[in-house]
Amino acid sequence: MNVWPVASGVAWRTLKNVITTPSIIIPSLAFPLFFFVAFAGGLSQLQHTPGFDYPNGYTAFQFVFVLLQSAAFGGVFTGFGVARDFEGGFARRLMLAAPNRLGIVVGYGFAAALRWLIVATLLTIIALIAGMQVGGGPVDVVGLYSLALIMNVCGFLWAAGIAMRLRTLQAGPLMQMPVFLLLFIAPVYVPLALLGSTLHAFARFNPVTYALEAGRGFLAGDPTQVALGFGLPLAAALIFSVWALRGLRSAEAAG
Amino acid sequence: MSALPTQIGALAQRSITRTARQPASAIPPLVFPVVLMLLNAGGLHASTKLPGFPTDSFLAFALAVPFIQGALFSTMNAGTDLARDIQTGFFSRLSLTPVRGSALLAGQLAGIVTLGVLQAIFYILAGLILGVRFASGPAGVALLLVYAALVALGFGALGSFLALRTGSGESIQGLFPALFVFLFISSMNTPRNLIAVDWFRFLATANPVSYLIECVRSLIITGWDAEALALGFGIALVLALISLAAAVWALGQRLERT
Repeated sequence: MNVWPVASGVAWRTLKNVITTPSIIIPSLAFPLFFFVAFAGGLSQLQHTPGFDYPNGYTAFQFVFVLLQSAAFGGVFTGFGVARDFEGGFARRLMLAAPNRLGIVVGYGFAAALRWLIVATLLTIIALIAGMQVGGGPVDVVGLYSLALIMNVCGFLWAAGIAMRLRTLQAGPLMQMPVFLLLFIAPVYVPLALLGSTLHAFARFNPVTYALEAGRGFLAGDPTQVALGFGLPLAAALIFSVWALRGLRSAEAAG
Repeated sequence: MSALPTQIGALAQRSITRTARQPASAIPPLVFPVVLMLLNAGGLHASTKLPGFPTDSFLAFALAVPFIQGALFSTMNAGTDLARDIQTGFFSRLSLTPVRGSALLAGQLAGIVTLGVLQAIFYILAGLILGVRFASGPAGVALLLVYAALVALGFGALGSFLALRTGSGESIQGLFPALFVFLFISSMNTPRNLIAVDWFRFLATANPVSYLIECVRSLIITGWDAEALALGFGIALVLALISLAAAVWALGQRLERT
């Protein structure tokens, strides 16, 4: 059965809801920009610490983190919308009407990606105005944004799985806290080698670390950790797909 | 015993009990700032190698931040609780009883100040367990608790003012990002003299939150720094006085409408 009619309908409704609701769209846009300004502006002196070897400057170093963070949270925030739709009863009516319920998850996923695309465009423009140096070519840039898109998919599938199991906005902290922790247990402010010993020990086993290093490598035009940087998030996306689809089954079973 | 202290005590107890009964309100203000501090301490440890950095322990440097971040949470809690009282009609019903309006505000704020001091004790214990030693000694720790009470009073009164003006918990929650901006555009992660970007250093210098943080930080890593203490206490006092005056005014307006 064709997934597209349901997916496009859900995606359009979700995106329209995001864009036309100031209390949703403004924080979505403002928070990444704000993090970028606060980190790239307030911590730029860190590029002078011994051992800081990123060649494109601190603005570019922080841009990659904020881009991946905005992607992951763009997915998580869409999960909030799924929970809200269940809480309000809309999702139950949607499940009754949809000939293919897989389209519901795909539609929300599309909306998450498109929502992040708006944020990413604005963030990129601001970063370029702020003087971010881009060392990589077109292929590298495509690699960086593809990586961020995979993070977006991971964030959405994780949050959607929870939203469809618990079906309440009160599950919000459960959706975002693990993502927040994973993002910050990584070389956010300085390269991996300069992290404090405890954080370093955790960061080495965090998939986000490799995604960040790969992303920073792409932006510098010196690809590094590409296999792990893509492989681990792709594996996570696969696992979270199963998680989200089982969540859908759980929501169906709940009626 | 006169009625006013009894009324204030009862309403303060209600404020504390209400927060304590809601894990979602009570736990994040305690745990989240400490978690963020630990993550930042690990990530920004390299900062201590910058020439002129005031300590070799980023944890000691960062311990000041939870105090102010916790106070920001107090603003939200105070505002949201009071707004809920308005939205559910509790405030209107209370205004029909002999309870004075001033007791309602004072009771609410007494609860927030008590919670603010408990938060401060939690952060101090967390710092001590993690190996931070207070350069100002036990007297500095005692002064820090007084400071925490003053800051909680200021931010709590601010939250109450906003709640009385808007009467909407959602509006109060919506202001959270704006309060967070003040925290991030400050000297929370880097001493002001080490901020390299001119416009950021200017904003951090103009931001009162920088001085609130630096006051706490001075007690932890410097000892007794008269300038930092005067600026911190002065700003906290001014914030408390202005917010209280605004909250009292808004209370009068709200009671007139009720």
